[in-house]
Amino acid sequence: MSTPPTEPEEAADTEMIASLSARLEAAAQARLGRSLAIRHVNTGSCNGCELELRALSNVFYDLERFGLRFVESPRQADVLLVTGPLTRNLKAALEQAWDATPDPKWVIAVGDCAVDGGVFKGSYAVLGGTGLSVPVDLTISGCPPQPNRILSGLRALLEANAA
Amino acid sequence: MARGRDYGAIMTDSAPTAGGTIGASPAETCKPWHRHDLTAADWAATARDAAAQSRVLLAHWADASRVYALFLDIDANAAVPISTAVEGGAYPALSPLLPAAALYERMIADLFGYRADGAIDPRPWLDHGTWPGAFPMAPRASPPRPDFDRFDPGEQDRHMVLSIGPVAGLIEEAAHLRLTLDGPAILGAEAVLGFTHKGTLGLMRGKSPRNAARFAARLSADSTVAHSIAFAAAAEAALDAAAPPRAQRLRVIMLETERIAVHLDNLAEIGRLAAARSVSTLCGRLRETLLRASQSAFGHRLMMDCVVPGGVGADIADGGAGALLRACADIAAGLTEIRRLHDGTALASRLGGLGVASGTVLAASGAGGVAGRAGGRAFDVRPAFMPAFSQMPPAVTIAAAGDAAARQAVRIGEIGESLRLIGGALDALPAGPVALPLPQTSGEAIACAESSRGDIWHWLRIDHGQIAAAFPRDPGWALWPLAESVLKTAMAEDAGMIRTSFALPASGMDL
Ligand code: SF4
Repeated sequence: MSTPPTEPEEAADTEMIASLSARLEAAAQARLGRSLAIRHVNTGSCNGCELELRALSNVFYDLERFGLRFVESPRQADVLLVTGPLTRNLKAALEQAWDATPDPKWVIAVGDCAVDGGVFKGSYAVLGGTGLSVPVDLTISGCPPQPNRILSGLRALLEANAA
Repeated sequence: MARGRDYGAIMTDSAPTAGGTIGASPAETCKPWHRHDLTAADWAATARDAAAQSRVLLAHWADASRVYALFLDIDANAAVPISTAVEGGAYPALSPLLPAAALYERMIADLFGYRADGAIDPRPWLDHGTWPGAFPMAPRASPPRPDFDRFDPGEQDRHMVLSIGPVAGLIEEAAHLRLTLDGPAILGAEAVLGFTHKGTLGLMRGKSPRNAARFAARLSADSTVAHSIAFAAAAEAALDAAAPPRAQRLRVIMLETERIAVHLDNLAEIGRLAAARSVSTLCGRLRETLLRASQSAFGHRLMMDCVVPGGVGADIADGGAGALLRACADIAAGLTEIRRLHDGTALASRLGGLGVASGTVLAASGAGGVAGRAGGRAFDVRPAFMPAFSQMPPAVTIAAAGDAAARQAVRIGEIGESLRLIGGALDALPAGPVALPLPQTSGEAIACAESSRGDIWHWLRIDHGQIAAAFPRDPGWALWPLAESVLKTAMAEDAGMIRTSFALPASGMDL
């Protein structure tokens, strides 16, 4: 097999970093260090956002090299990464995951659906975006967002976290 | 393929009781077939005949006045749609004779409020007691149903129960699996879905096929091309239109590209679960290469919204064919290594004999796709039911063992065949337009596509250019009941691997 064609490291979005750092300082939260454990929460996704989240682990993006990793339990998580429109049938599951995640915690809404319900807005079965149920710190739009956009959002969080 | 033939007659050949009545019943046009609208008694009689002849129930759904069923007549290479009017809010259940109907009956009851008389399982399915009103697809609003107890409360005292999900695993679709255990062995397995129900049928209704296509494309993202093709082909057939030849060929390229990408993703996931790092690394890399080629060729990594009713959204980009061919060459070069790694003892011993689906269990489920073909059921809708493949019929990969190893062997075989189909289609891309406008007329049709998980069927009724009613049948309807019966004889520690091996979906059948 040939050498992994790893992506060049894109600079993390500075505006994102500034706003996130400000929020972190205001809350006077403890620093978590330069590594983040991410718990994925699916609130009704079509599975497209998941496909791109899985791509983050391939050798092109290799998210572990930044100290980012997915974990199975919200109890071990620093970040809840939410995908999908918030369906009425999954609202309780999201709130349980949020309650189970220790403070300080971050919530990222990934994909147009998680941002505001996306194309499913207005359906009887869908409430809207993640923010209707839990406070959201960062949104990453796209349907689904490309892996490099998700990665730069996560890295912005990492920088803000370590700032 | 034969079009417009009266396949109702086929049902009558070996079914004299129902036969005479079906022949005499009014035949509605449901392109490319005829739909027989039956009395309740003949509907029930047809179900008896179908069960006696082991016909596969492909789909079962409802609209504002009727219930419908679609059977496969494998000998005649035909799908046979029937319907019956819902009277007094009820219709005769199919499930006592055809257990595969049970989940559909629960879905119909939840969305429309129709009672399936004699149903084997009357519990709710999609309705979890959270909607603003019950029966959201019914003409009149109803107050919400209270939450309900799905499970026998005493079970927990008698056995150990392992509840997985709806939010579980690293990056998964949302579904709940409840396993009843006897030590490490599984005694019972029951899936609960509906968590990702997004109200798709309601969102499609009243829109033009063009505007509703984005919901078809978002039923299940790893089958976005397949669902979009079946939806578009149904809309085109209903309105007596056809996508131009160049668009048909581009759809073949997209469908086979999707199949390779999804199979590579599954190989990578199974590799990860089996701690076969070299497999997950290699397949993950090849998949990414292909998604990037899709981005350059069609403008979207997953090709979402690239197939539209009337054709395709845009022509293949300059340089797109080259990018796809380069990615295909990479994958072809990697296939030898992928095969070698799967023949190696580590993977072969982990996957061999695991999660066996074959014989009568498989046949009763009606599951096609990788799960069907790995267990010897050679069903694939591409050769018989998808006209775009008539000039380039795929060789269908089958295996006999029905275990997780056989499913990976079928996936690997299909990647090779899809590479060949993409090369052939790119080589002979007809010139001409890539889309035509659809007329604002009326009609009813059924069309299908072979997704990476198996056959997808879309039924549509269009009224003056707007969708009056729709039903998309995702392969999940057959795969989950099959996986439940396979899990019942498995070990608890293998549940995750078996689930991934069947590539069990949620969103597509949650609607
Ligand atoms: S944003 Fe797009 S890809 Fe993600 S869940 Fe929504 S529809 Fe699917």
